Amino acid sequence: MTDHLNNRSAPQPVSRRDMLKVGLGAGGALFVVFGLPGLAKHLRPDPGGHTASAVTKAEAETSPFTPSAFIRIAADGQVTLTMPYVEMGQGAYTSIPMLIAEELEVDLEQVTLEHAPPDETLYANPLLGVQATGNSSSIRAAWQPLREAGAVARTMLIAAAAARWNVESGSCRAQSGEVLHAPTGRRLSYGELAADAAQMPVPARVELKRPEEFRLIGTPAKRLDTPAKVDGTAVYGIDVRPAGVKVATLAQSPVFGGRVKTVDDAAARAVNGVRQIVVLGDAVAVVADHMGAAKKGLEALVIEWDDGPHAKLSTDAIAAELERATLGPGAVAQDIGDADSAMASAATQLEATYYVPFLAHATMEPMNCTVHFRGDEVEVWVGTQVIARVQAAVADAAGVPLDRVVVHNHLIGGGFGRRLELDGVTRAVEIAKHVDAPVKVVWTREADIQHDMYRPMFFDRISAGLDAKGMPVAWKNCFAGSSVMARWWPPGFNNGLDADTTEGAIHLVYSLPNMHVEYVRVEPPGIPTAFWRGVGPSHNVFVTESFMDELAAAAKQDPVAYRHALLGQSPRAKAVLELAAEKAGWAQPLPERAGRGVSLQFAFATYLAQVAEVEVNSDGGVRIRRVVCAVDCGTVVNPDIVRAQIQSGVIFGITAALYGQITVKDGRVEQANFDTYQILRMDETPAIEVHIVESSEPPGGMGEAGTSAIGPAVTNAIFAATGRRLRKLPVDTVALRAPD
Amino acid sequence: MSFTLQINGAPKAVDVDGDTPLLWVIRDVLGMTGTKFGCGAALCGACTVHIDGVATRSCITPVDSVEGAEVTTIEAIGATPVGAQIQKAWLDLDVPQCGYCQSGQIMSAAELLAGNPDPSDSDIDAAMAGNACRCGTYLRIREAIKQAAATSTSRQQGG
Repeated sequence: MTDHLNNRSAPQPVSRRDMLKVGLGAGGALFVVFGLPGLAKHLRPDPGGHTASAVTKAEAETSPFTPSAFIRIAADGQVTLTMPYVEMGQGAYTSIPMLIAEELEVDLEQVTLEHAPPDETLYANPLLGVQATGNSSSIRAAWQPLREAGAVARTMLIAAAAARWNVESGSCRAQSGEVLHAPTGRRLSYGELAADAAQMPVPARVELKRPEEFRLIGTPAKRLDTPAKVDGTAVYGIDVRPAGVKVATLAQSPVFGGRVKTVDDAAARAVNGVRQIVVLGDAVAVVADHMGAAKKGLEALVIEWDDGPHAKLSTDAIAAELERATLGPGAVAQDIGDADSAMASAATQLEATYYVPFLAHATMEPMNCTVHFRGDEVEVWVGTQVIARVQAAVADAAGVPLDRVVVHNHLIGGGFGRRLELDGVTRAVEIAKHVDAPVKVVWTREADIQHDMYRPMFFDRISAGLDAKGMPVAWKNCFAGSSVMARWWPPGFNNGLDADTTEGAIHLVYSLPNMHVEYVRVEPPGIPTAFWRGVGPSHNVFVTESFMDELAAAAKQDPVAYRHALLGQSPRAKAVLELAAEKAGWAQPLPERAGRGVSLQFAFATYLAQVAEVEVNSDGGVRIRRVVCAVDCGTVVNPDIVRAQIQSGVIFGITAALYGQITVKDGRVEQANFDTYQILRMDETPAIEVHIVESSEPPGGMGEAGTSAIGPAVTNAIFAATGRRLRKLPVDTVALRAPD
Repeated sequence: MSFTLQINGAPKAVDVDGDTPLLWVIRDVLGMTGTKFGCGAALCGACTVHIDGVATRSCITPVDSVEGAEVTTIEAIGATPVGAQIQKAWLDLDVPQCGYCQSGQIMSAAELLAGNPDPSDSDIDAAMAGNACRCGTYLRIREAIKQAAATSTSRQQGG
């Protein structure tokens, strides 16, 4: 297998013509499949910037059977799967192949992966409407179509074998890349059948395997991307080295929206290895032989900035504006019963305001993009969650037609929503237009954090009315903040609302007879906002699950029992809550200033309950000792990846709860590197247990659920430990100091 | 200035300023991209290499300070017994997610095990707290270090 791959130095993309042969595909831009560099065993080496016509010919000769945009089978038996979703740590390059391989009847060891080229027609995410990897949607989006793609191919291969042997298709079966005819013991490999299979009619309907027939789905199959990630051979966008590449880094206006006024670059030019200074309207780039020289040159630049209209901008002022906006009115996101009347007649009324800050993504791989601008065509190397949008943005910024832009997608060293954006790509093209060579533009960590596009700040004004027994009869919430969707995908924003910003604030798992939720869109001046791991729920679940805890406390009831009583309509939510409480030993006593907190969430089509156990020292320092998670994510494709994603999400969410905030003063972001924008370390990491509920429901998303649920579990635990209710993130440890 | 570095057992001649961080010499000048850039300020550990066996943040290590020293990177750590055990444990437990920080994690873990074949949890915390992982693979890293330690210890005991 490995030898076989290593011997293939020629590019192996598929042509649209091949797909059209079997009736798939549609008109549009030229496309070429490019390989995923660096993953020697399963991922094809990057063929580089070959022209489409050359690879089309090579492909036509080697892969006679291309039953869909996702599968190619070569005459030598090589099975290549084209990945419509990118690998950024979430396991897509293992779990997506599992779906196809299950139905195609090949072993994971037999497949080679390629990343899909930009093509919104062939490779759009059916849940998002664009070719994108995000919103914990890959498995949900792929579950039906990619199993069907495998089944179509398998059906055609079996038909080809049956025709060859002149037997009924029903007497043949597929297994490990071969078709077998049990009565006679005959067998043919997929490679031997590929040419014939291409001539078979494409079945209009295929039968998918029943769950009890699964041999891959539901197993902890090993990740296909691990080997290259432990020996340094994995290639991320930042690792590409096209011949003659220069390295650039850049200074951008420290104030959002500022412009370059003057540049004195004499000292920078004198730095050994610096080749060129590129001055743009709002940024200055230093182009050098290596990043060391580029950074040294950057430090030697003397730039005077025109700070522009946001010179006095502060997060305090934005917070005040958002808080005012929560007085409403906003767009009505959900309205059940008559919340106002029920509130007025309630035995007890509670109101609180909640706040979450701007957050940076701080992916471990700093933002980067490599561009070779050749006048009438452009070649780009990047790790992106939106390859088709990258192609369009490059064409736009470079002023060339779409079909003159080649994009190589790479492994992503952390996405979390950051690489759903195009700002870095556009910036790199602007710089590359001035450079007569390929140029790799690398953001310093400081630039990465200070010129991120941030998880929006939100304010919530939330209230509830309780009956005489303490149960909620009215629930009202009005929250204000940025709508990322309104900018990122305008058709998704209608009548003042979008499904992301409100997810977790509405359609709660609880039976609430009277509920009224409004959202007020307020865009912060100058500060760009973006999706961030956990998206809407990363804010909303903190608010709703904290407030539900407040209601339980007001009713003097146990937080788990209180929630449980409201779950009559939601058996799956009830089951995960019960499981988490049981496994956590919810009723077990804890020492003074230690406590447990619970959260319950339905988001990304997954039910998740978490119990956090914390201790708060006398200085207010919070240590999270243990997190118990119970998850019902429907059918589990790979339980080992589910566990990894929950742990990952929990740790990401703890970082946000304990440390995460981006603040702006005088128009400038105050955080810069991992000293001021701290992330959780191993010595602070709690034990995290993951308990999976067996289910035959369709799969739910796993990439983000853990992140959005953990914040309130932690702050509820802090309340249990100290009696202090935290309504603002990150945790204010000063407020938690023990009384003298 | 010209320097001759000893990297993964081979001499490498480079011509850069003496204050150039070793990281950029390794990545951009010599083209060995397994060692990663994360912060440029010794805050995240992604750039960790071994210098004479000591885990070192190459992003703040001037190249002129390592002339004559033996530099080992992720590309060669598997050639050492401890490095091979660590990599095997990483594979067995499927430790990486995005994987970007893992070169540095493995280099720090390899130094730990080379000097301490049976590390306690607090030994592991102390050795690994400087290596940040945004995907939060810490629990599996801990388990993998323990597994590698158990394997190498039993090997030694079994002769």
